[in-house]
Amino acid sequence: MSALYLLIIASLLVALGFLGAFIWSVRKGHYDDDYTPSVRILLDDSEKP
Amino acid sequence: MTMSILTAPEAISDTRHACYHCGEDCRDEVLHADDHDFCCDGCLTVYSVLKESDLCQYYAIEGAQGISPDPAFYKGKYDHLDQPEVHDKMIEFTDGRLTTVYWYLPKMHCSSCIWLLEHLYRLNPAVRSSVVNFPEKKVRITFDTPALRLSELAALLTRIGYEPYLSMDDLSGKKAGKWNRTRLYKIGIAGFAFGNIMMLSFPEYFHLGQNTSDQNLRTLFGILNLALSLPVLFYCAADFYKSAWSALKGRYLNIDAPIALALSCVFLISIYQLATQTGPGYLDSFAGAVFFMLVGRYFQDKTYAGVSFDRDYKSYFPIAISVLNDGIETRKPITDLQKGDHMLVRNEELIPADAVLQSPVAMVDYSFVSGESQPVERRKGDTIYAGGKQKGAAIELEVLREVSQSYLTQLWNNEAFTREKDDANKSLAARINRYFSLIVLGIAAVTFAFWFFVNKNPETAFLAFTTTLLVACPCALLLSSTFTNGNLLSVFSRNRFYPKNAHSIERLAKTDAVVFDKTGTITLPDDAEIDFTGEPSTRDELVMIKTLVGQSSHPLSRLISKHLADIPASRRVLTGFSETSGKGMAAQWGARMVKVGSAGWVGAVSNEESTGQSSRVYVAIDEVVKGYFTIRSKYRPELPETLSALRQAGIRTYLLSGDRPTDRDWLAPLFGEDALLLFNQKPEQKLDFVRGLQREGRHVLMVGDGLNDAGALRQSDVGLAVSDDINNFSPSCDAIVEGNQLSLLPGYIALARSGQRIIRQSFAISLIYNIVGLSFAVTGHLSPVIAAILMPVSSITIVAFTTLASNAAARRYLKKLTNVIKTT
Repeated sequence: MSALYLLIIASLLVALGFLGAFIWSVRKGHYDDDYTPSVRILLDDSEKP
Repeated sequence: MTMSILTAPEAISDTRHACYHCGEDCRDEVLHADDHDFCCDGCLTVYSVLKESDLCQYYAIEGAQGISPDPAFYKGKYDHLDQPEVHDKMIEFTDGRLTTVYWYLPKMHCSSCIWLLEHLYRLNPAVRSSVVNFPEKKVRITFDTPALRLSELAALLTRIGYEPYLSMDDLSGKKAGKWNRTRLYKIGIAGFAFGNIMMLSFPEYFHLGQNTSDQNLRTLFGILNLALSLPVLFYCAADFYKSAWSALKGRYLNIDAPIALALSCVFLISIYQLATQTGPGYLDSFAGAVFFMLVGRYFQDKTYAGVSFDRDYKSYFPIAISVLNDGIETRKPITDLQKGDHMLVRNEELIPADAVLQSPVAMVDYSFVSGESQPVERRKGDTIYAGGKQKGAAIELEVLREVSQSYLTQLWNNEAFTREKDDANKSLAARINRYFSLIVLGIAAVTFAFWFFVNKNPETAFLAFTTTLLVACPCALLLSSTFTNGNLLSVFSRNRFYPKNAHSIERLAKTDAVVFDKTGTITLPDDAEIDFTGEPSTRDELVMIKTLVGQSSHPLSRLISKHLADIPASRRVLTGFSETSGKGMAAQWGARMVKVGSAGWVGAVSNEESTGQSSRVYVAIDEVVKGYFTIRSKYRPELPETLSALRQAGIRTYLLSGDRPTDRDWLAPLFGEDALLLFNQKPEQKLDFVRGLQREGRHVLMVGDGLNDAGALRQSDVGLAVSDDINNFSPSCDAIVEGNQLSLLPGYIALARSGQRIIRQSFAISLIYNIVGLSFAVTGHLSPVIAAILMPVSSITIVAFTTLASNAAARRYLKKLTNVIKTT
């Protein structure tokens, strides 16, 4: 049975890690603009010759 | 850099030239540079600026998508931005060396814009970085402060065509982002809790672990579930409780009240079961309900970035105006304007305060304020009211009243502007829900009493009570309206109709009277019907006329110039040009004398100058009258169909115009025989007319475009602002529609109505679920686990049904539109 306790704690920690990652990404503004980055990545960034 | 600029030769070719920068057809002389054609100096300048900085890749991304810079720009226009009190309001952050601004650039429209704006550092090395937020049409620019002043940055953007929209009013924009983030946190946490509680509840779902050694696990799972649901209750669901509480304080029940009650019941019962070890509780349903409702509301309230509904007159006014002090021009914020100040208003600039004209003559376009389509002439000493636009040479004015006391701003003191439209109580879901929750509570109470007192079976009594509440949880009902309206909002916006929120859609569905404004709403703002009466002109003569009218900024001249689009203007021997305001203009074309203007000006005999229906512009060459142009405002071509479709749907139509009663005979049959067409209406009269209709019990949709409609838009049940460019500024309203989509108004109303039908149908579906579930629940046969599974299933059915049904309705009612899109 003790293995089950460990597993539960581990799974919750993993889930908490993902929740933390989500909150971090919202805080960093990843969801403020869900369009521009998709265009930006396709534009070449040519440097001066 | 070398560049050869040649003016086009006199030889006229019929081949069309598309401007390399903006993609428009070149209507006048074509300018050439580097084997490319340009339509005007502005476009050519931007091209050369870009070329200098090696940014010509701009044109490789989406072709000729450039913006012709505002020709009205002049050096010093942004000098006021360097004044400390203005400066601090326009920036986001500064540490003395680096400054960040987050500016709204309404002209941004394609991916090449993103590319160019993110390469600003090439144009000016003092720019450290620039990051575009395209949906909001905003750019965040970080730059070295002493090296680049704020005014220079604004001028740089204007020079490449992206004039920033700077307004004291728009500074609150940062709040929306924060609010959005809070919602995402709540959804994330509720989803997290929901998923994990479900996982920990799995053994319960399948009746696993009945032996004694699993009892410890069961307790642990219960405690974990409780711990997970606490943040859901106290953080994620807090808004429901707050809204319900504030409604209760106001002595009415809103849609959140039964939700808050159901959530509390479920939570308390779960705690009770866990504490007494009589069951696992329903914390999974609790977290799931909160999660689904938050997601639903997120979709429903998703705002259109970049579209603003709540602008008042301040948004239309410039931040600053040129003020003359002993002949020296300085820029002054308009809020600091005082009586007696002398201001200088240039071509196309808005007059911000009531003032007395000091220059000899001015042509003021009041179309925005009063709806009059023709500019009016004002002479020295006349009072000019705020809101008019000067057309033509710069004028000097003495301020009569401060901006806040001007005639125009008085309208905003009307009570219509202080009153919020009463929404919370009226929505369909809220009304149904009120009865629904009372009935459910009643059934639950009766069930409980029956088992407890009649059958003397307290255990089954509690079980039946909780399952009744759980099965009949009003969340499904809430979901039906949030998801239907949310989906409709996105369908509408794809069709370029932007309702402000879900409540606007519900009010739109009730519309039974539509009031139209005339100028700019049902007429085309920049177009007119022009006919030439007289002897046919040779091509040479047309070139003369076009060239001559091209010299003038009078609106009629511009319309004629636009009408003669196929004729190239030529800057050849046009000498001795003179313009007499209000009369006309004259010039020598080689040896010939060309005159364009009023009948008296060219020496024509006419007893009707403008017939009330139209304006006339006469042409004379070598003192011989050749004929005249008749200029009439042009109506949107789809207008008759739109109006007849509305009337067929049983909606009454009215016309309120601030203009003279032109075209009454033509319009009257379109609006129906019993319809009212009122002209010469002042803004207050429009507002009162709408209020009068509402007193008769009608639900009024007001369609308007200008400040003169602002009061009526506000008073009406649905204020619909028409804008040919939604990024332009429209008055405070409930919905915005693009001008060329106005013909779909009957379809929009029909779709809104079918939305209400869909909500009712999904209520019916969830009612069937509830009746089946309830009949088991009250008899005590339904295990809470089945109830817990049934609830999300019914929610998902509702969400799927509303989405599919509203999409189908959209296809049916807006089919015409898709055809329109395909053909264009």
